[in-house]
Amino acid sequence: MNSLFSLHTKTILVTGASSGIGRSISEMLAQQGATVIMTARNEARLEATMQSLPKGNHHYFSADLTSDEAIKELVTELPALDGIVLNAGMVKTVPVQYIKRDDLDYMFDLMLHSSILLLQQLLKAKKLKPEASVCFISSVASQKITIGNAIYSAAKGALNSFAKSLALELAPKKIRVNAILPGMVQTGILESGAVSEEQLQAHLKNYPLGRFGQPEDIAGLTVYLMADVSQWMTGSLLTIDGGYTLK
Amino acid sequence: MEKELFEQLEDILELDPGTVALTDAFRDYDNWDSMANLSVIAMLDDSFGVHIASQDFKNLVTVGDLAEEVKKRMA
Repeated sequence: MNSLFSLHTKTILVTGASSGIGRSISEMLAQQGATVIMTARNEARLEATMQSLPKGNHHYFSADLTSDEAIKELVTELPALDGIVLNAGMVKTVPVQYIKRDDLDYMFDLMLHSSILLLQQLLKAKKLKPEASVCFISSVASQKITIGNAIYSAAKGALNSFAKSLALELAPKKIRVNAILPGMVQTGILESGAVSEEQLQAHLKNYPLGRFGQPEDIAGLTVYLMADVSQWMTGSLLTIDGGYTLK
Repeated sequence: MEKELFEQLEDILELDPGTVALTDAFRDYDNWDSMANLSVIAMLDDSFGVHIASQDFKNLVTVGDLAEEVKKRMA
């Protein structure tokens, strides 16, 4: 299968790969022929994700990307990449009045700083091939605001701006950089009890297509962005939200 | 502990000092809304070091229930 949509010659790094959207992305990229390299903090879950991938030369590295040392070690181990999907993230709902510096620092570290510094090290080490594709998993929360999610929205908004900045800087190398802005996706983050079933049902009414996203909905778009077919797309913020932002 | 809980609730809900009682159903206060809901959960974490998930918080009805839950989790 040699087409613009194929990933058979691609080696792609996925961060936050052990669960939720990141796991689904890893699986779908591998199903489309990519060699997938996964990273996340939890080694047991990475191993479980590894077992769910179709056969191939896939790898995983357990790493906490909020550590500069861990980023350097990871970059040393990595081969040259055709693509990277940056997906590490977390949600903490707290009104502005109760924000603590520790939470602010940690969430920005995890969702923004770690991605920026990882990309910086990859570029320095020349581990992103010419015509590579970079994809950030951002969120519609960067543009459509809900109460209690100020840190998350701010971090994702910053990520959008960073994606555009990087897109412009890397355009001469034909490396393209885009961000996906998903609406609410059903993952373990939602099943943790942090949001009650009643709150979820009330929020569902805001989705014209009548359901929340599944991780596969988002993974499909990363296949497009990692494949050669998207080679003229850069600096784009791609909303995929079941119509949530229409209302 | 109860005195501080009362004061914090009065502060979040902009109630006159001394108006909160253990038997009050806190969601019936005039200023109760989704922001107050989030603020009370965050306040319990901030002031008492008690983290209550929304899933559990919805089962608490009165100020007394809140106080009991905080005491139980602080123990």
